[in-house]
Amino acid sequence: MGTAIRIQPADDVGSFAPKQDDGATSLREVPVVPVVRRAERSDTAAPAGTLRSSAWWRLLCSEGPAMLLAVVSIGLLIGFWYLATAYRWDFYIRFTHIPGPVEVYRDALALFGDPKFMTNITISLRRIMFGFVVATVLGVGFGLLIGRYRAARGLLFPAMEILRPIPAIAWVPMSIMLWPTTETSIVFITFLGAFFPILLNTMHGVATMDSVLVRAARCLGANEFALMTQVVLRGAMPHIFTGLSVGMGVAWVSLIAAEMISGQYGVGYFTWEAYSLIEYSHIVIGMLVIGVLGLLCSGAIRLLARLAMPWQVSVGKENTR
Amino acid sequence: MNATSVPGKGHIEIRDVCVRFTQNGVPLDAVSEVSLDVKPGEFVSIVGPSGCGKSTLLNIVAGFLKPHQGIVSVDGSPVGGPGADRGVVFQQYSLFPWLRVRENVEFGLKMKGVSRSARETKARTLLGLAGLLSFENHYPEQLSGGMKQRVGIVRALATSPQVMLMDEPFGALDSQTRVVMQEILTNMWQQLQLSVLFITHDIEEAIFLSDKIYVMTARPGRIKAEIPVPLPRPRTPEMTSSPTFVALHRQLKALIREESLAAMGGELKEGGLAGHDWHVGAEGVGAML
Repeated sequence: MGTAIRIQPADDVGSFAPKQDDGATSLREVPVVPVVRRAERSDTAAPAGTLRSSAWWRLLCSEGPAMLLAVVSIGLLIGFWYLATAYRWDFYIRFTHIPGPVEVYRDALALFGDPKFMTNITISLRRIMFGFVVATVLGVGFGLLIGRYRAARGLLFPAMEILRPIPAIAWVPMSIMLWPTTETSIVFITFLGAFFPILLNTMHGVATMDSVLVRAARCLGANEFALMTQVVLRGAMPHIFTGLSVGMGVAWVSLIAAEMISGQYGVGYFTWEAYSLIEYSHIVIGMLVIGVLGLLCSGAIRLLARLAMPWQVSVGKENTR
Repeated sequence: MNATSVPGKGHIEIRDVCVRFTQNGVPLDAVSEVSLDVKPGEFVSIVGPSGCGKSTLLNIVAGFLKPHQGIVSVDGSPVGGPGADRGVVFQQYSLFPWLRVRENVEFGLKMKGVSRSARETKARTLLGLAGLLSFENHYPEQLSGGMKQRVGIVRALATSPQVMLMDEPFGALDSQTRVVMQEILTNMWQQLQLSVLFITHDIEEAIFLSDKIYVMTARPGRIKAEIPVPLPRPRTPEMTSSPTFVALHRQLKALIREESLAAMGGELKEGGLAGHDWHVGAEGVGAML
């Protein structure tokens, strides 16, 4: 099995091998190897192929069982849905008017060719983008200030504590009165949903940061601005990304609710309108689209977190969710 | 003691410094009337029982704390706050986890506005000196404790301070790593010609490293003794069994033991009272002082 020897894990774990890093002693200071890849040793039946194909094989061996279970899990859900709608189950929960998976699939194919439906999606995404970006800028900005300066905390935090428990949806009527257009008021609701989780997590990140890092930076000559941008912000980043993740979720909840109540356009509006127009399969499609969009958005946040915090990836902890 | 007139680089002067904390509303002297000198290029350790204010003293020189009374100056100018002219190495590894090893070392230079290429050259030179060049692109979490602390030392040295302040830098390391780190430190110190103020509770470490050792009393911390170390340089591990070393060790141990006993006696008194009634406990502390 010559191949088994050639196979090397993608990340260069080999470079962590004990090196005589200085001539001073024979002391073996081996750095902690952060992540042990599960796939590393499953090279038993590797086909004598290229490195690439053996990598695929190893991936299949390690992730295969989990993937199989995932398929079964989703299959069971769809199976139940199919049976319940096909036999029009009615025991307190009524499946009598619920469209089945086949019908939904058929209508979905038609709908995805419809430019009007696509407009709904892009409009919802645009609202999320605007609301979320503003919430990130303000949430992180205020969070850093409140977290670091006692005066800022005293001045800003009490007012925010009064507003915080009010759910974004409760702002809908007020928002319509406040803002000149429906569009801006919906974006405002989305912003509100995302703002508080981001703010609180940023504050928490600043508060829980190891204070010795700030001290170290100060005696290395960092001024207050450098301290803020290069130490406090970086140190709080894992928590900030937690806030962004949570904020993204709440932003979607708020957006959909706002669209259902006051909207024109948007997936929330589409879903509610489908109910009014007795287009029941469109309700399901709307729901699924909302779910997928939410998933994509939180996936984007996770990707961003990975890019922004390479040190966490290499260590492999805490950055998820 | 009056070496003030010699214009050396890296001269730390501590004159009649008192530090008072308020604990549960009761003022408490942590450090009392301490005067000491670290002459240019000298390696000076402070030893004493735990809680005697060793670290407090170092924090004053670093600029994190203001003394209640007295003057601290480095090369004649009084200390007003933390700054890059005094390198500090903390007991906890204080590396920035989001920066790679070399970026950590470059941090102080970046704050000074040194150009990228000059930063890199300097950082790589120092990392080479500490035997860490092959780890320049690692993140701190990927290093062992001893390596992290070496990076910490190198980072503090990068801005070319005249003075290094080290607060039990090897306290968290295992004993073998500690011994190695001590050797590395003496080597670097000799090559770089700077003054070091070193806090430790390890007598052997203090003797091995220092030119001069100050012994502090139990709280409130005062200077109990100033003991020169007549061992030649460079220091080698074999010296730890030399008669001079052993005699010094015995002397220091006796001095610190007295103070440790005093401190523990006080604590026992204090603890016994504080356990039941906070106010009585506080009075106990007051009476002790």
